[in-house]
Amino acid sequence: MTAPRTLFDKLWDAHAIATREDGEALLWVDRHFVHEGSHHAFRKLDARGMTVAEPLLTIAVADHYVPTRGRPAIADPDIASMVSLLSENAAKSGIELFGLDHPSQGIVHVVGPELGLTLPGLLIVCGDSHTSTHGALGAFAFGIGASEVAHVLMTQTLWQRKPKRMRITIDGTLGPHIVAKDLALHVIATIGTGGAQGHAVEYAGSAISALSMEGRLTLCNMSIEAGARCALVAPDDATFAFLSGRPCAPQGAVLDNAIAYWRTLVTDAEAVFDREVRIDAGAVAPTVTWGVSPEDALPITARTPQPSLADPARAAAISDALHYMGLEPDTPLSGIAVDRVFIGSCTNGRLEDLRAAAAVLRGRQSRVPGLVSPGSSAVKRDAEAEGLDQVFKAAGLVWADSGCSMCVGMNGDQVGAGERCASSTNRNFRGRQGVGARTHLMSSAMVAAAAVTGHLTDIRSMDLLEP
Amino acid sequence: MDRFTTLEAVVCPLGLANVDTDQLIPARFMSRSRDQGYGSYLLHDLRFDAGGEPRSDFILNAPRHANAKILVARRNFGTGSSREAAVYALWDYGIRCVIAPSFGDIFASNAVKNGLLPAIVTEADVEALLDDLATSAPVLRIDLEAQSIGTAARRLGFWIDPVHRLQLLNGWDDIDLTLCHAEQIASYRRHRIDAEPWIVPSLRV
Repeated sequence: MTAPRTLFDKLWDAHAIATREDGEALLWVDRHFVHEGSHHAFRKLDARGMTVAEPLLTIAVADHYVPTRGRPAIADPDIASMVSLLSENAAKSGIELFGLDHPSQGIVHVVGPELGLTLPGLLIVCGDSHTSTHGALGAFAFGIGASEVAHVLMTQTLWQRKPKRMRITIDGTLGPHIVAKDLALHVIATIGTGGAQGHAVEYAGSAISALSMEGRLTLCNMSIEAGARCALVAPDDATFAFLSGRPCAPQGAVLDNAIAYWRTLVTDAEAVFDREVRIDAGAVAPTVTWGVSPEDALPITARTPQPSLADPARAAAISDALHYMGLEPDTPLSGIAVDRVFIGSCTNGRLEDLRAAAAVLRGRQSRVPGLVSPGSSAVKRDAEAEGLDQVFKAAGLVWADSGCSMCVGMNGDQVGAGERCASSTNRNFRGRQGVGARTHLMSSAMVAAAAVTGHLTDIRSMDLLEP
Repeated sequence: MDRFTTLEAVVCPLGLANVDTDQLIPARFMSRSRDQGYGSYLLHDLRFDAGGEPRSDFILNAPRHANAKILVARRNFGTGSSREAAVYALWDYGIRCVIAPSFGDIFASNAVKNGLLPAIVTEADVEALLDDLATSAPVLRIDLEAQSIGTAARRLGFWIDPVHRLQLLNGWDDIDLTLCHAEQIASYRRHRIDAEPWIVPSLRV
């Protein structure tokens, strides 16, 4: 009789090679994704004269620096060298590369699940904080720094201290046009950007079971913005259906055996969490950020906060954030004029997100310029097969190739200083989308609504078909 | 890796909350080679104006805090992106210790791997430190063995993950340690791939 365990405990135990007396465990890594930014780690490998321990378990994807227009040319030599450096490092190490010209290229956190490289029960790492995304399939997935990337390249392992366990149970039903992004921002606003620090978060409850896989990926993706070490949804029939037929997923008898194992990846009934949070899905409104941290999120029906009503330390932070964002206190969020829009990113660049945005834009015009960058080249092809590209283009938006693009601006897709952008991305940090850029985070459909009206808009106020 | 034992140095009471890694080093600098150092990129868009001139109203630029090796910040320092370049920017600028009530998990791990001490103190102690530093000389003495922070006015305790503490005190490198487990890793690998052959991807793309 073993003690009841959480899903996270099971994943941890399955990957612990050795545990030291001080509690640090050496964990086996099943899947390691690298990208252009991993160049510091490859340099460390070279400096030690070591080679990649498990090239077959390592996958390289070009996403952070790739251009979204005019491929394959890259005008900026610094950016071009980042993309070619990844190709060189992958070739030298015998690592599969989804590079700039590969049909499976895209944002690593979209490509992994899409190809079936992300599977339940795997331990997945990548030198990118949004690796938490992959937990949507029941994988133990987390972002690491360059020193840890180098360590995994050299040994296929990582030393970790076991995080605490936190369960966020979300019951009830999301209202019409309210999606995983609204839920994610609502959760972060509720528990704070440090609310899940040091914790492995498992999402549970009827609202999670009802979410699409795309929605679960969005929710787990944003969990790092609450500080979570990783995020998890227990794999279920929806997960297995999602994986069926994916090119890199197991097939036939191997898949049947894997599914039998994956069905055991659930939290035991009596298992105990270090912290429990409950959220009512019915209380979630279309949610947008007003400030410079993802926790600065409010329902679209709310007004910007008043520093005078906050405690002194918080009041200064609110004043600074409002000043940076060019907003006055106590201003209705709905009605804040935007200068441009962006739809894409590992948070909301999947087909479902593009469909939701296109449903708002169909037959309408965007009042502001904007960019749509699909989460992967495959998403781009699928969207074009449905004619979504025509909807975006007819509305006046630019339909581009796939990459991290304007979420982080590393490829040159940036928001200008002082410009306000309605964005389907994950971080509204100062300068994230460009020096002096002002970012409002929201769902892809809410971005589309802002494009149509030219200001932040409650999607429920628009004349739309029921979703 | 450099060892960290004690440090007596100039401190800058930054005082900001949620200093994310995009602020510590804006993404546009991350394609640069580190050979010339990342110190000039640290907090770049807070330190410099649009013309590249230092902002006189930003505390790190104040002559009183020149050559600071210690920062004091409010909660959630290093939140956000996993970019280790945020630590490189701090390190290359000269920062060896950041004191805050909480840190982003990935940032704290990256810091320790580069010899930089993330010292955790209570919210109340951060406020007390910031108050002290507003009037007294901007110098702190940090003792990692004793886990203490000394000012002219007081001595505070700080918390650090005990494993991180040992790594910093000894200057340990994880990789040497891991390579001692090579046989265990090889044995685990065999069993894992035998039991769960699906973990090795078939690259049918």
